[in-house]
Amino acid sequence: MYTHIMAPVDLGHAGRLDRALKVAADLAKLYGADITYVGVTGNEPSSVAHTPAEFTQKLEAFAETQAAGTGVPAKARAITAHDPAVDLDGILARAVDEIDADLVVMGTHLPGRMDWPSHGGKLASHSKASVFLVRS
Amino acid sequence: MSDQGIPAPEGESDIIDTDYNIGQDNIEGRVGPFGFDIHNPVFLVSGLAVVAFVVYAFLFPTQAANFFSGVNAAEVEGCEPGAFCDVGLRAYLTSTFDWFFLSAANIFVIFCLALIVLPIGSVRLGGKDATPDYGYPGWFAMLFAAGMGIGLMFFGVLEPAYYFGTPWGDEPLGAIRPFAEDGTLIPENVDEARRMALAATSYHWALHPWAIYAVVALALALFSYNKGLPLSIRSAFYPILGDRIWGWWGHVIDILAVFATLFGLATSLGIGAQQANAGLGFVYGLPVSTTVQVILICLITAIALVSVLRGLDGGVKILSEINMVVAVVLLLFVLFAAGALRILGDFGSTLGAYVQEIIPLSNPFGRSDDGYREGWTAFYWAWWISWSPFVGMFIARVSRGRTVREFVTCVLIIPSLVCVFWMTTFGGTAIADMIANPETSAVKANVIDSYAPELSLFAMLQGLPLTAITSTIGIILVIVFFVTSSDSGSLVIDTITAGGKVDAPVPQRVFWCTFEGAVAIVLLIGGGLASLQAMVISTGLPFTIILLLMCWAILKGLLSEPR
Repeated sequence: MYTHIMAPVDLGHAGRLDRALKVAADLAKLYGADITYVGVTGNEPSSVAHTPAEFTQKLEAFAETQAAGTGVPAKARAITAHDPAVDLDGILARAVDEIDADLVVMGTHLPGRMDWPSHGGKLASHSKASVFLVRS
Repeated sequence: MSDQGIPAPEGESDIIDTDYNIGQDNIEGRVGPFGFDIHNPVFLVSGLAVVAFVVYAFLFPTQAANFFSGVNAAEVEGCEPGAFCDVGLRAYLTSTFDWFFLSAANIFVIFCLALIVLPIGSVRLGGKDATPDYGYPGWFAMLFAAGMGIGLMFFGVLEPAYYFGTPWGDEPLGAIRPFAEDGTLIPENVDEARRMALAATSYHWALHPWAIYAVVALALALFSYNKGLPLSIRSAFYPILGDRIWGWWGHVIDILAVFATLFGLATSLGIGAQQANAGLGFVYGLPVSTTVQVILICLITAIALVSVLRGLDGGVKILSEINMVVAVVLLLFVLFAAGALRILGDFGSTLGAYVQEIIPLSNPFGRSDDGYREGWTAFYWAWWISWSPFVGMFIARVSRGRTVREFVTCVLIIPSLVCVFWMTTFGGTAIADMIANPETSAVKANVIDSYAPELSLFAMLQGLPLTAITSTIGIILVIVFFVTSSDSGSLVIDTITAGGKVDAPVPQRVFWCTFEGAVAIVLLIGGGLASLQAMVISTGLPFTIILLLMCWAILKGLLSEPR
């Protein structure tokens, strides 16, 4: 049914991702799919990393930890944006095409930039992939 | 995420290792559907301070005006109308500390020029392998649109025409006057007066202001992109204050920056709306009234809101580029309508005059041209410096990936040439009009005979063909330059008040953009625009000290970078 799941993650609020991550892993196991964790950062230092390179390292480590915990093969894809707060919708929509994902699993209503305007809702209306929004 | 135990990257830059995590002092939460993520206490203190000053200016307009901008010069005993004898805080600072402003600005220029030639100029902002975020056209457009475009529109005609014809004793370096008492031309004085007018104007718009912006921008870019500190003014002080920048030392620096930026933008917006209204009245006969001005502020704020909602690439950059194209069209029109060959020749001689006069003009001591040195130069330096946290931070935001040498050359030399060219074209054309028709010149009527500075640009355009079209373009440019200052300013204020986070929730920038428009409207209706603008310019003094310290911090920061 699904072969490649994209899971957008906000590493700044990793503690609140649990439900969405579990749903993504369960679905991946059910359908035998891979997961790509997608993270978006600006060029400026953030609460997660000092530089985009460090952000990439952290996201890769995150994906490895998830893969080890769930047993689902996982990759990381870090994307740098000029203005992450605003550019997020377009970036996620492009990422779906670039990594050729057929299902997106993401949490909703996280505080911070994953909040209003609803990124998950926009993605669902613009993406050809299925979108699973997990209420947290 | 530090609990994941992942080391910082190695090699490409010299990251400063602190225990501070960006956003650790922030408060996150939600108001209705809107999330927020703000720095405590910078957001609250600066927001409340702004409200307090607005209330003060609203409740005690006369007292505020007297304190900050000085009483009406006409009421001071022994003061000629128009002469420089105000006694408010701003005038006190610019006349008492003129030597300090002039000396500091000279240091900034020398510092920047040294960075171009020193080996540390090869350090790349963002680490050794960084590539530029923006190409040259978009980058230059944003440099101008944020901090200078609106000034070029307002002063491009006014300042050269003023120095050329001023009968009020504030000629630069005591230059000779081209007009006799009865308003007739003194032919033998004309060339020298014109030369000095253009050189003195160029002095205020070329190397010195851009060096001020470059220092702030470079400090922020270096400490943020290369050292990994948050994109906030306080970060530049890490080499001096160490971890104390995370406490009240840093809070005070950031609050002062937010305060100066917000009031700088709001008061300029209010005064700009009055100017645009005056222009609309001059060209179309539209009534000059508070209602029209409030509508203009709402319009500018509304466009700026759309721009900040569309973000840096989709809003701010596109508007800046549109602005730049329209400005170039206007520049080319004036160039060809007024005689391209003559202006190109003038450009060469203005540059020559600028180089020749820059040392006497920037000499802080032993001069007798008080009106010019205190009333214009020191005022300008305080003004540029009070705007520098905003413009510098915005420039830093869009300049990652360039080497220090390339950065300084592009922020200092090229904009300086553009500004001198702009001033030669607009000011030179205006002066030519004053020389050709001393009796009927609209420029002379609105700048010298009666002082209506907001009309100077339109008066100059009146002397050229297609006045209705070019004046309309002029008004549109004024409005759009305000939009591009307003949107970039909102981004900057939002980043500082979010503790250096550039990915704070979007509703916060909407808040600052709207707040700025609201402050402008309140000040416009209640009075206090001029007095609070004078207050903002007064913040130039503490910021001058901050900028001098920044130079040292930059040097120290660059020396520890891999080259």
